[in-house]
Amino acid sequence: MSVLIDKFDVFAGGFWLTLQICVLAAIGALILGAVVAVLRISPVPPLRAVGTAYVNIFRNMPLTVVMFFAAFGLPALGSNADFLRIPGLDVVFRRLSTDLPYFRFALIALVLYTAAFVCEALRSGVNAVPAGQAEAARSLGLTFGQNLRYVVLPQSWKASVVPLGSVIIAMIKNSALVGFFGVVGDLSQTADQLTSAEGYAFIPVAIGISIGYLIMTVPLGALLDRIEKRQAVAR
Amino acid sequence: MRMKRMAAVAAAAALALGMTACGDNKGDEGTGSGSKSFAAGSTMERLSKAQKIKVGTKFDQPGFGLKGLSGKPEGFDVEVAKIIVKELGIPEDKIEYVETPSKVREDKIVDGSVDLVAATYTINDKRKERIAFAGPYYEAGQNILVKKDDTTITGPDSFQDGTKKVCSVTGSTPAEEIKKHVKDVATQLVLFDTYDKCRDALKGGQVDAVTTDNVILLGYVAKDEASFKLAGENFTKEPYGIGVKKEDTDFRNFINDVLEKAMQDGRWKKAWDDTAGKFGAQLGTAPTINRY
Repeated sequence: MSVLIDKFDVFAGGFWLTLQICVLAAIGALILGAVVAVLRISPVPPLRAVGTAYVNIFRNMPLTVVMFFAAFGLPALGSNADFLRIPGLDVVFRRLSTDLPYFRFALIALVLYTAAFVCEALRSGVNAVPAGQAEAARSLGLTFGQNLRYVVLPQSWKASVVPLGSVIIAMIKNSALVGFFGVVGDLSQTADQLTSAEGYAFIPVAIGISIGYLIMTVPLGALLDRIEKRQAVAR
Repeated sequence: MRMKRMAAVAAAAALALGMTACGDNKGDEGTGSGSKSFAAGSTMERLSKAQKIKVGTKFDQPGFGLKGLSGKPEGFDVEVAKIIVKELGIPEDKIEYVETPSKVREDKIVDGSVDLVAATYTINDKRKERIAFAGPYYEAGQNILVKKDDTTITGPDSFQDGTKKVCSVTGSTPAEEIKKHVKDVATQLVLFDTYDKCRDALKGGQVDAVTTDNVILLGYVAKDEASFKLAGENFTKEPYGIGVKKEDTDFRNFINDVLEKAMQDGRWKKAWDDTAGKFGAQLGTAPTINRY
């Protein structure tokens, strides 16, 4: 178990990088997922079709395949995902602006994949709002946008926040894949490095890695429980 | 152990019955080794009498051991193994090739599924704890693969200014080695699980170089000479040896003798020229056999 102490800096570095990619991917997935959810519930059939197609594609494809397309398909198309070198943001998240595009590719894959689940979590919340609410709002003359903003979304939020949290927790665990697509130094790739290259026994390293993920996911789960309880009171 | 001794006795008995036939066979081969007699009970005698040998090699290593359309592996490792096998008085077509990827080489030697292993097998002390090495018969080393028109990378020191990006395989020795030469791992190093992905990244321009043993890189040069070349000289030393059972010193000495002889009489060089040498790889001077 001495590896946990001897190589603490390696674990800490891996944790920091995984945390960075998870924060960025969560923000991206929540935004994109919300957009897709609006498409799926919009009254315009072509927009609904686009939203449905998006969810059907990205929810039903293995994340590994999405990662593969991002890491090897985008370069083949001549893109290094330079649009993600967002000024300001890249000061905090240094990997966003490096010449090596694999952090950005992995981020794109995680966002695209997770957004499909975010969309469905949001939509399930919207569906939980009784139809009469939206009908009443419409009969009052509210537009679709006003309807969503003032009547439906505030009520749906309560029903979707817990499934959303589960989606984000799943995303944090899914981020373990990025180490296999060219991102050097995240938590899971750290395990590979310590065991195959430096010859440490696998079990202690795996325990260290698990602790790293648990530090991220357990507090998030606890937070969700609290939110759920507060909602119960509000009802 | 007992099973093996019984097998040896049975083989000896079978040979005693079919002595003449065997003698004829050896005459046809023209190696003259049929008249050779090995010490009773030695591995050489057992193999020679059985007229069968199991050779472990790689099936996916261009230039050294690559199984192609012929159905049999071809390459420098295979040719060196053939030289040894011939000296045992066994015809080439009696060799049974067993695939031995890097991870299982020691295990296969220890459990007896192969008689010898020639599989780009770097001699090191850790491996010597479980098996023994004859040789070395070649000295490989880490090198750098770049695009054909790249003149900015000339060696590992080219990564020190922090701008050039390099790719290798997760958890490999070359990856650890190159970390000593790059300025910032986060912005310069990419690791994948296979070298093919590294090559694609080099082709796509996401990285400037791929680094690992020169023989692996030479395989890529051989497949696509118009796109790739090696940058500079090897900067580490990886002596390749023949793996045998740890306690089998007689067999190891025999292989060492054969290798030494083959290096002197030109068979070693011919084996190289017919295989890895075709890629333009330099054989260099014959390495000194290490009889430890």
